[in-house]
Amino acid sequence: MNSLILRLAAKRLVIAFLTLLFVAFTIFFATEMLPGDVAEVLLGQAATPEAVAGLRTAMNLDQPAFLRFIYWLGELFTGDFGVSYVNKLPIADLIGGRLANSLKLAGVTAVISVPIALALGITAAIKRGTLYDRIVSIFTISVISVPEFMVATIAVIVFAVYLGWLPALSMANEVTSIGGLLKAFAMPVITLSFVVSAQMIRMSRAAVLETLNTPYVEMALLKGASRRRMVLRHALPNALGPIVNAVALSLSYLLGGVIIVETIFNYPGIAKLMLDAVSTRDLPLIQSCAMIFCLAYLLLITIADLVAIISNPRLQ
Amino acid sequence: MTMTLSLPKPQKTRLPRFGYRFPLVGVISFLIIVAWILVAIFAPFIAPHPVGDIVDFDFFGPMTAEFPLGTDYLGRDMLSRILLGARYTVGISLAAVCLACLCGITLGMTAAVIGGWFDTVLSRTLDALTSIPSKILALVIVAAVGSSIPILIVTLAIIYTPGCYRIARALAVNINTMDYVTVARARGEGLGYLIRSEILPGIIGPVLADFGLRFVFIVLLLSSMSFLGLGVQPPFADWGALVKENIGGLSFAAPAVIFPSIAIASLTISVNLLIDNLPQKIRDRSES
Amino acid sequence: MSNLVEVRNLRVNAKTDSGRTVEIIRNVSFDIAEGEIVALIGESGSGKTTIALTLMGYTRSGCRIVEGSVKLAGQEISALPERKRASKRGTEVSYVPQSAAASFNPAHRIMDQVIEVTKIHHLMPIEQAREKAVELFRGLALPDPDTIGDRYPHQVSGGQLQRLSAAMALIGDPKLVIFDEPTTALDVTTQVEVLRAFKSVMKKGAIAGVYVSHDLAVVAQIADRIIVLKNGEIQEVGLTTDIVQRPQHPYTRELLDAFEPAPRVPIAGGRNEPEAPLLVVKDIVAGYGKIGNARMPSLRVINKVSFELPRGKNLGIIGESGCGKSTLARVIAGILPAAQGQILFEGKPLDPDLRKRSRNELREIQIVFQSADTALNPAKSIADILARPLIFYHGIGGKQLEARVDHLLDMVRLPRALRYRRPGELSGGQKQRINLARALAADAKLILCDEITSALDTVVGAAIIELLKELQRELSLSYLFISHDLSTVRAICDEVAVMYAGEKIEQLNPDAMGGEASHPYSRLLFASVPKLDTGWLDSLEQDPALLQAYSRR
Repeated sequence: MNSLILRLAAKRLVIAFLTLLFVAFTIFFATEMLPGDVAEVLLGQAATPEAVAGLRTAMNLDQPAFLRFIYWLGELFTGDFGVSYVNKLPIADLIGGRLANSLKLAGVTAVISVPIALALGITAAIKRGTLYDRIVSIFTISVISVPEFMVATIAVIVFAVYLGWLPALSMANEVTSIGGLLKAFAMPVITLSFVVSAQMIRMSRAAVLETLNTPYVEMALLKGASRRRMVLRHALPNALGPIVNAVALSLSYLLGGVIIVETIFNYPGIAKLMLDAVSTRDLPLIQSCAMIFCLAYLLLITIADLVAIISNPRLQ
Repeated sequence: MTMTLSLPKPQKTRLPRFGYRFPLVGVISFLIIVAWILVAIFAPFIAPHPVGDIVDFDFFGPMTAEFPLGTDYLGRDMLSRILLGARYTVGISLAAVCLACLCGITLGMTAAVIGGWFDTVLSRTLDALTSIPSKILALVIVAAVGSSIPILIVTLAIIYTPGCYRIARALAVNINTMDYVTVARARGEGLGYLIRSEILPGIIGPVLADFGLRFVFIVLLLSSMSFLGLGVQPPFADWGALVKENIGGLSFAAPAVIFPSIAIASLTISVNLLIDNLPQKIRDRSES
Repeated sequence: MSNLVEVRNLRVNAKTDSGRTVEIIRNVSFDIAEGEIVALIGESGSGKTTIALTLMGYTRSGCRIVEGSVKLAGQEISALPERKRASKRGTEVSYVPQSAAASFNPAHRIMDQVIEVTKIHHLMPIEQAREKAVELFRGLALPDPDTIGDRYPHQVSGGQLQRLSAAMALIGDPKLVIFDEPTTALDVTTQVEVLRAFKSVMKKGAIAGVYVSHDLAVVAQIADRIIVLKNGEIQEVGLTTDIVQRPQHPYTRELLDAFEPAPRVPIAGGRNEPEAPLLVVKDIVAGYGKIGNARMPSLRVINKVSFELPRGKNLGIIGESGCGKSTLARVIAGILPAAQGQILFEGKPLDPDLRKRSRNELREIQIVFQSADTALNPAKSIADILARPLIFYHGIGGKQLEARVDHLLDMVRLPRALRYRRPGELSGGQKQRINLARALAADAKLILCDEITSALDTVVGAAIIELLKELQRELSLSYLFISHDLSTVRAICDEVAVMYAGEKIEQLNPDAMGGEASHPYSRLLFASVPKLDTGWLDSLEQDPALLQAYSRR
């Protein structure tokens, strides 16, 4: 039976790879829709026609779009992200440090929110219908229903304005002390944790509830099992796959949240870099950043699917 | 419980009853939604001050009798700006969600009924589209073609069509296995009749609930885009743009930065609560 | 204290989805003595499972005991705190569910689940529990008793799982075991083995039991006493032999009558001159998956089936689940195009694919499905459902359409006022009549009936069979009648074809179903159908080798 799991997993990986190609294709052609000639835009109106033609050749702009897509894709796979239109720096250099910053932010958020959210989600499912469950549900639905920037502004108003614990909007570019680091990280991490936890609580609660409603859990009750045993021995082992799946899917909400959070807190991460690139229309930089985001997202949902396949007891 | 409960079938009255117990929360949510729609339609008539006029010399003014929600970073009346902002937030989102659902449901039902090759290609393509995070896709499109209201509507619709398609298709696939659809097929009915008469009535309830959820997603994405300066462009402003304009007042908790957010929250939470309080029959299977 | 169980004036209420409270058990009282097996018999909605579960101190969500007492071994179980009730479950009273497949946790090995009761209640060391479980497996005639516990639930068959769940119920030496329709989901040949196993362990341990079922013949084999329930009320209580042979209550008599419907009387004065058969099926091969170069589907469900159906006659097709009988109906209707073979209707060949058949060809063959719940669109009114084929095939409208719909409702013996309702507001029997009326609306010559009485209660199903017979007399119809239930097939068919694993084993006269059938599988199948005779199971002799040969599970 294990060959079946392998086959399903391999199929899922192939689909992920094809999806990545499709995504690259979409991003490339969406950005190529830009009206006007990139070479002219880059050189400004004063440029001589010879200069424009030279640049066009250098940038392969005289080649058909599909060929340029293939070149671009080939360069991406070899790690060559190209050169920024705006400041002529290699994109790999621009992204490097910023990506590390964003990963730090995401990592810290995940470490904080996963245990808290799972504990809340699972206990809410077990105590279904109680006041506790209702409060948790109201919390999650409220956070899910509002935009991330609202969560951020409320966090600022509470922690910075009223309580005065943390600085409101400052993100020192050079953090020296550990205390400073904590302070710089605190607001973005708090905001992101709220956003991600709400999703994770909701999904893990649903996953546990689904298994609690099965005939085999009722059977356990009719065998005289305690509530504890029903949950720990009968429901959770079957809910494990769906829960890990929920964790991976919820973490994908980090990607959307990080864009807002880096903007509002002026955090020097990759999302901020991409936004700046959008305002200057720095196409190669936009493409590279978008590909990084899509890769991360695809990675998470593929992991979620693989977990779902592996944890299915009927395939063991 | 999934097991059969030995219940006698409740004696049903002849007319389809609408006497569901509608909880208070649902009624209130519904009223809030209706109120915002009315505001969006009649905003210019109820706004106390002209939106563009600087009416107060103080910027980020506090809440006063004249300016119930304070003034913004230029000294304009916030209440008027929020009332006018409803037009953009509600209007653009509604247009986008209608477009997305129309495309998604039609394609979804067609794919479910035709099946085979058509279904596989369409499903795979739209699935691939959903593996671009919505904000990133929005950023890329706006970066490429700029930001005008029609473009915003189409962009939002493109982003949320796959989700709508997926749900409509899943529901339609379930209905499609029902014997009454098989009977209609065996009778010799065509594709149009099958979709319109046999499938659509069976999925309409859950699809409407999904319409509401998707409306919330679109309001949130539109607000975020505007907040990032990529949505509705000045001099017009939706609620997200109002927050962006006044973000400078955040460090002293000015009303101008808080109230637009509250407006968004009142709309989105109401829609969510309304869906949660719909009769179970309608909500069935809408969550997935 | 003489009785193990004493139930007095039990009332249970339930909350419906729309929030109303309905009384589902009304004033029920009964006793069970030590070692006695009592059957709760009734149709769906009679409250039999609810009553059985109250004996464990358990009601499903939404249900509540409002009055009365349930005493188990002298102790009032509904008054105990939850912990005390839990301590009795598995040790004093235990439960065998209808669907063992759903009630076994897919994540754990069978052995761990069987001996879980001993672990929860700290009854004995694990090693001893394992030995006891293996002993029980042996007693329940399970194959490989020493190793079967090491498997996961999805690795054993349905009939074996059902016996394993009995082992799970018996391991804690309970005084009372509740069987909740434990053989309903099984095929008849499997049912015999399972019933036998249950009976022998229960008798050997002198354990009391409650056997919940809708099937009188099954209950007659295992129960000492029978309680007949309807709408949450007791209709009659009596010894099994009395109930079966001398029923007092009219409802019990109705149940017994429905069990043996009147056999079919061939239409008198039938045209005996040889005529071209209505339907000829020749060497049909069909299945799912890719059709290879040899015109053979990758998953074959029907293999070289042929038969003829004369005009005005009925052919029954019987077989156990998965034998391909329902697929055969779909192939004839063209829903699943056959890969090979020929279908001739009134001498003319039909295209295998319904999309390539003419509208008139489609009209003449109509199909009626098993579950009226899924066969009628819940969003449409009855009038709309019946009008559609009239419009589609006959193009009639206006007043004439209204009149035809009324006429169709008359034909299936339903009040005309029903036309304004939706399927959800009808009972199961009424829905099945509408289902039938829709086929009649097409003016069909042949109606393919796919298990049309299987989802109905016995009495309601018997009435449908009567209706089919009347309609046949009025409209000169032919039926292809697919069922797993031999007595209904016997009631309506002139000829019966037996199917096994996608092949037609033989075709015979229904009167020959008694015993002189030629093929061993047919004999096995016919013999396995429970009879309304308390001694049937004990006197039944089956050849184990034959059973082995014909169990593909």
